[in-house]
Amino acid sequence: MTVPTLDIVDLKTHFFTRDGVAKAVDGVSLHVMPGEILGIVGESGSGKTVTGFSIMGLVDPPGRIVSGSIKFKGEELVGAPPERWRQIRGHRIAMVFQDPMMTLNPVLKVGTQITEAILAHEKVDGGEARRRARESLVAVGIPSPDERLEAYPHQLSGGMRQRVAIAIALVNKPDLIIADEPTTALDVTIQGQILAEVQALAKRTGTALVWITHDLGVVAGLSDRIAVMYGGRVVEQGPTDDVLERPYHQYTVGLLGSLPTRNKRGERLVQIPGMAPSLLKLPVGCAFQARCPRADIACAVEPPVVRPTPSREHRCAHPHVPVMRAAE
Amino acid sequence: MTTPMLATTKLTKRFEKRLDLAGRLAARLGANVKDEVVRAVDAVDLAVAKGEVMGLVGESGCGKSTIGRMLAGIMPPTEGAIFWKGRDRAALAGAEAKAANLAVQMVFQDPASSLNPRLRVEDIVGEAPLVHGLTTKAEAGDFVDQTLLSVGLDPAVKRRYPHQFSGGQRQRIGIARALAVKPEFIIADEAVAALDVSIRAQIINLFADLKAKLDLTYLFISHDLSIVEHIADRVTVMYLGRIVESAPTAELFANPNHPYSVSLLAAVPRIEDRKRIFHPVKGEIPSPLNPPPGCHFHPRCPHAFERCKVERPALKEIAPGRVSACHLNDKAA
Repeated sequence: MTVPTLDIVDLKTHFFTRDGVAKAVDGVSLHVMPGEILGIVGESGSGKTVTGFSIMGLVDPPGRIVSGSIKFKGEELVGAPPERWRQIRGHRIAMVFQDPMMTLNPVLKVGTQITEAILAHEKVDGGEARRRARESLVAVGIPSPDERLEAYPHQLSGGMRQRVAIAIALVNKPDLIIADEPTTALDVTIQGQILAEVQALAKRTGTALVWITHDLGVVAGLSDRIAVMYGGRVVEQGPTDDVLERPYHQYTVGLLGSLPTRNKRGERLVQIPGMAPSLLKLPVGCAFQARCPRADIACAVEPPVVRPTPSREHRCAHPHVPVMRAAE
Repeated sequence: MTTPMLATTKLTKRFEKRLDLAGRLAARLGANVKDEVVRAVDAVDLAVAKGEVMGLVGESGCGKSTIGRMLAGIMPPTEGAIFWKGRDRAALAGAEAKAANLAVQMVFQDPASSLNPRLRVEDIVGEAPLVHGLTTKAEAGDFVDQTLLSVGLDPAVKRRYPHQFSGGQRQRIGIARALAVKPEFIIADEAVAALDVSIRAQIINLFADLKAKLDLTYLFISHDLSIVEHIADRVTVMYLGRIVESAPTAELFANPNHPYSVSLLAAVPRIEDRKRIFHPVKGEIPSPLNPPPGCHFHPRCPHAFERCKVERPALKEIAPGRVSACHLNDKAA
């Protein structure tokens, strides 16, 4: 059997604040195979970004990884020395953030920033680094790459900046890219362009991709599998089609139901009552119970992971049974 | 035809950046510097009938928010006129002008930055109706309670400050503030864009309920086409300051006419489309500082021909209630 590119088991990342312990990630298990695109979907505060940061080893105090394991191609990363992290980060695992202005240095030329990423990990001469920088700009669909290498980030449009950020992530041909809401700040036609490039790249290079987003439409079009997060836990995961068509967890059901396209025009949208709980005051047991119409006493204990089929798993005491849905 | 509730003719907004002294000197000496002019909104004719929900869509920089601000009276137009119930708003005076201005209210995208952080909710909601004589000091408390109830907030929270609320609740406060002066027309500028999916559905339902209860008319500005498709009766598509197409919602989504509308609709990720191959539109959105001549969309348009590069296409009726600004429609005819 092939070794998964990423294998996370029962990861817990907690933030120890003055107001209490925020369990941002509380028992997450995920895996990504080589060449696979995994979409992590969740609302704000669901722990999806902290999961991404944990994989990159970027969790800063007061937060820390409390327990669990993150295996990258079989190698344990939790507790790895900083030296090892530096070798991996930006080289074997790369990250693309939501706001490219945050990741690009405003006073350095684009070319300098890309070659820096190469020279940090490999001993190559400047000319070779520059050639590869140009190559990676071409790969993400940037026109006239030679001019762009000489440009500063502020001279580029939002879509171009995000392409540069993706080019930097790609330049070392990593095994895994973590993309955290990379198209959220972009216009739809530009988002379409970026998604097209990423899709083609993943197919061509065999890079595994973790795509973190709140937009179900994007992951539906892009990912092979999806993981739905709520209150620091993965409440449901499985192959994209399967999850979207036969959700087990009531939160997934509610999320899908609240999309305007799933409702009749002009009619009331199906809405999830209430709001997401604070990570500081998560209820004991299922985090969704206060908003769930199916909740009862069984939900007051932490729901175990259930695997109804080999490819699906969920954490719900009262799952929607696919057969029942068909009969409705 | 009945008079539209709110209409504009040749509504234009230009933002100009004049040269400073150094710039003027440089220009005198022959340097290639000029005043910079952005035509944020370029001769827009828009009409919204009473009881209608008009969706206004477009990408960043297309001028949709600027139109909203001009209609709300926050920003004066450079040229063109705004008609409120058939009468030129600029020609109204005194009590009539005040009534016309109060009747159009706006709900903003980011409730965190559009609510005064130092005011309690009761003051945010209660200040304007008191100033405009819609309530008295003695009755203001009840008035605020009623307004908060109408947007689904518990009046018990009215002594709190905006930061003590979640995003969805803050947006409800923003809506309550707009409703407090008894408007007839609400401009919602990306009012649900900053909210989470599950909260978004709650606020969209609230907009629909309020419309039914208070007989409101909406201009719903959004970049999210799926929301506009759900809530709007008619949709107007803008590109770089101009209207490219306006049509009843169902017709536009089933059969968009303008090439830009076609590519915009195609670019929207939909949950129904699994593992699709994305076919993006070519090119960037041009800078509004220096828009392409002729049809603004021609450099990105797959069907562009010579005429598109020189002549601005006029908005023409292509079917009853549908207009589109594309030279291709002449070609086909």
